Amino acid sequence: MTPPDSEATLAQPTALTDGLPGIAADWSSDQRAFKNVPWGKAMMWIFLLSDTFIFTSFLVSYMTVRMSTTVDWPNTSEVFALSFGGDPIPLILIAIMTFILITSSGTMVLAVNYGYRKDRAKTAIYLLITAAFGATFVGMQAFEWTKLIVDEGVRPWSNPLGAAQFGSSFFMITGFHGFHVSVGVLFLILVALKVRRGDYDVERRGFFTSRKGNYEIVETMGLYWHFVDLVWVFIFAFFYLW
Amino acid sequence: MAHAETHPGAPDGTQLQGQQHPLGIYIKVWAWLFVLSTFSYMVDFFHVQGYLRWTLILILMMLKAGLIVAVFMHIKWERMALSFAILIPPVVLLVLIAMMVLESDYTFLTRGIFFGGGGS
Repeated sequence: MTPPDSEATLAQPTALTDGLPGIAADWSSDQRAFKNVPWGKAMMWIFLLSDTFIFTSFLVSYMTVRMSTTVDWPNTSEVFALSFGGDPIPLILIAIMTFILITSSGTMVLAVNYGYRKDRAKTAIYLLITAAFGATFVGMQAFEWTKLIVDEGVRPWSNPLGAAQFGSSFFMITGFHGFHVSVGVLFLILVALKVRRGDYDVERRGFFTSRKGNYEIVETMGLYWHFVDLVWVFIFAFFYLW
Repeated sequence: MAHAETHPGAPDGTQLQGQQHPLGIYIKVWAWLFVLSTFSYMVDFFHVQGYLRWTLILILMMLKAGLIVAVFMHIKWERMALSFAILIPPVVLLVLIAMMVLESDYTFLTRGIFFGGGGS
């Protein structure tokens, strides 16, 4: 059904079975199981799958300590309220952070799209805009952490607002997510510079992997970035809104 | 399941296999994500409480997550061999959640007995 295993022929669209029989055909083809998917993208998906398990473990441990504590849980609506001169607006900081991350997901989509159109300038610009939004998000998170640690006296082992487990859950979950965003920002800048230099037009080999790169890397980068946004959707729902 | 669209790729004539779709659908999903996020914020802003709050939070969360995974992450257009490999394994996490719900209920009860309502 499929031609011999070589990069040149694999890239050609072949007659593939669709639907459920397609799963059996793809997985039993004695070749790569993920047809029409560059290896980098398949590997990114596998990494994201493992990351899903890590973040779920964090959220489940948060659920466990919150359900089992006999002390009142702090009211996140008030803890993360912010006052702009007038009355404090509940949870406004987190709402703004959510919108910033969604906006950055949108600009990332544009970058991927312009990448496949081989529009170097626009791809690089949208990647950098995405990185800027990501950096803004991390900045606001740093502000939030400072407010909680310095002003409210929240610690991973105790806090004056209620259950001690609030601190450990908060720092662990948002810290790990913020780390993901920070790494994402660094890689976005890296990919943007490579796009601008034209690396993906001439399939220049990467300095670390020595592999040829093309614009599919922008899409793989996008997968990571959307995943960071996806995790935030769950953190927003379970930690901040619940 | 649509095939991943192919289009002219590198200068040497090889083809890229990536996902390229009209911008319209991305913009629509982008707008929906803003609307849904505003709704979830409104749930907190208007102090919706109890089961209605939790239901709304979960529905809005699942809608947002679904849109991001389906359209932004292109799962809608991927072959089922890949999308099943990614979407099915996380289902086992429900077992972990169920076990930990039972466990934390038990911990809560024993704490209630031994701490008499105090402590943490």
